[in-house]
Amino acid sequence: MNIDIANIQILDALNSLAAGLFLLCAFAMIATRQVKGCLRLFIGQSLFLAASALLLGLQHGSWHLYGVALVNVLSKAVLIPFILHVTMPREVYTRREINQVLNIPISLLIALVLTILAYYFTIPVQQAIDPQYRGHNLPIGFAGLLLGVYTLTVRREAVPLLLGLLAIENGAFFAGIAIAHDLPVLVELAIATDGLIVVFIVGVLIRGVQKQIGTTDVGALATLKEEVVE
Amino acid sequence: MSQRIIFNLLQFLVVLVFAPLITGVINRLKEIVQSKRGPSIFQPYRDLWKLFHKDEVISEESSWIFRATPYVVFSAPLFVTLLIPVLTTYPLFFAFMADMVGGGFVLALGGFFAGLAAVDTANPYGAMGASRTRMVGFLAEPVFIIVFFTVSFTAGSTIPYIVQKHWVSSPAAFLEPSHILLIAAFFMLILAEKGRIPVDNPSGHFELAMIEESKALEYSGKSAALMKWGGQMKMFVLLSIFLNVLVTPWGLAADISTGNVLLAIPLVLFKMFLFVLVLAVIESSLAKLRLFRISEFLGSAFVASVAAMILRLFAL
Repeated sequence: MNIDIANIQILDALNSLAAGLFLLCAFAMIATRQVKGCLRLFIGQSLFLAASALLLGLQHGSWHLYGVALVNVLSKAVLIPFILHVTMPREVYTRREINQVLNIPISLLIALVLTILAYYFTIPVQQAIDPQYRGHNLPIGFAGLLLGVYTLTVRREAVPLLLGLLAIENGAFFAGIAIAHDLPVLVELAIATDGLIVVFIVGVLIRGVQKQIGTTDVGALATLKEEVVE
Repeated sequence: MSQRIIFNLLQFLVVLVFAPLITGVINRLKEIVQSKRGPSIFQPYRDLWKLFHKDEVISEESSWIFRATPYVVFSAPLFVTLLIPVLTTYPLFFAFMADMVGGGFVLALGGFFAGLAAVDTANPYGAMGASRTRMVGFLAEPVFIIVFFTVSFTAGSTIPYIVQKHWVSSPAAFLEPSHILLIAAFFMLILAEKGRIPVDNPSGHFELAMIEESKALEYSGKSAALMKWGGQMKMFVLLSIFLNVLVTPWGLAADISTGNVLLAIPLVLFKMFLFVLVLAVIESSLAKLRLFRISEFLGSAFVASVAAMILRLFAL
């Protein structure tokens, strides 16, 4: 590759920028109340993941990463929103989700602590890998994963829960592309298909829940109720 | 030597003269977005002129604080002007008198006096506005501290001129993630500090909902003009810090030629116009937050600034 040092530096800075915005999207997903806003932020996060994959691909001259970027854009920014749009009842998007176990400022502080922990935990790994591949991707991907888990624990509405699940996957991939830049496209393709199917099944499930009990507030489904069959 | 004195005075004059224009342009743009014609962009000048020629009424129950406040509010932004790059990239005389934290203190002094004066006349709306401003203020404080800390850590200095030099030094330095996150945090801070729309509605006329405006309700005549003008200059100064130091550190005069310094004036005003355009879009498309949601808004700003700090501290 005949990319000179200055260009590498700029690519590096752009990649870090994508990482920073990825993290910001993850934070904003915790801070936002509207289901629709949450979905938009998830799309944004996936686009930053794709951008990071593209930049890392340029930097290391690896066409696998271009593939990863392409598959990401297609599945997460186009297909998943489309499937959710088709399967979800309209009413879900107009609702404001206020039902959350912890309030938002506290959630944000916890998110900060999780991010710092992610940086702290990845220090030994960062020291072990080739300096060429060191960067913000690994800790931020890990932080994205933890923030996704956090979303899963505190949210009580079905769609944000699903998006939290997908955010975990995003985070794992964000970390993955940094340390395995020869990741075959096939793996990404398989995982993306998997994700699509999960979204589809959960979408149908949410639709069913909504039909049965008239709400998607699955946090309220805490106790079992026996149905008497006549 | 004499040239630098002239530039310093010029910088002073630019802030003094163009500050009402920025407010006029914001108001006009907002009206245009709402498909109305709106007042002329020179309306704030006419307002000031009118107020300066009116008689003043001061409550007998008020103390010297009420009388002194307009002068403090008016002069605080002018002192900060001496510390920040408005037109030139090289430091002028007083640039090393205080750093950004010092500038923040001087601006906060104006806010402090405005708060005291609002309570002074025992007007119930004034005290309410003052306490709400303090609430927003103490939520904004940690963000300010973290932003200053990260900026100084990145650039190796807290003097605004040196910080500005750091961002222009290379495109890689400019594109740093912590820089972009800092911009986001600082932008939210400006909105909160100047009482713009997600936090407070600057064009609202309902006293119970006011945060920023209700503090100056008791003033009339010359004092009201000084308070208004001071507020407009504070906006101008904050925008200069935001645009000239953080977002677009280009377009300032780099040498001592008078032509370049004069050329910097329209360039700086153009940058501010672009910013105001963004502001007008935000103000027309968002609704004001409920009072207790402000902590969420500033909490997000805090998280963005701390994320910037983390990204910077752990950069390998």
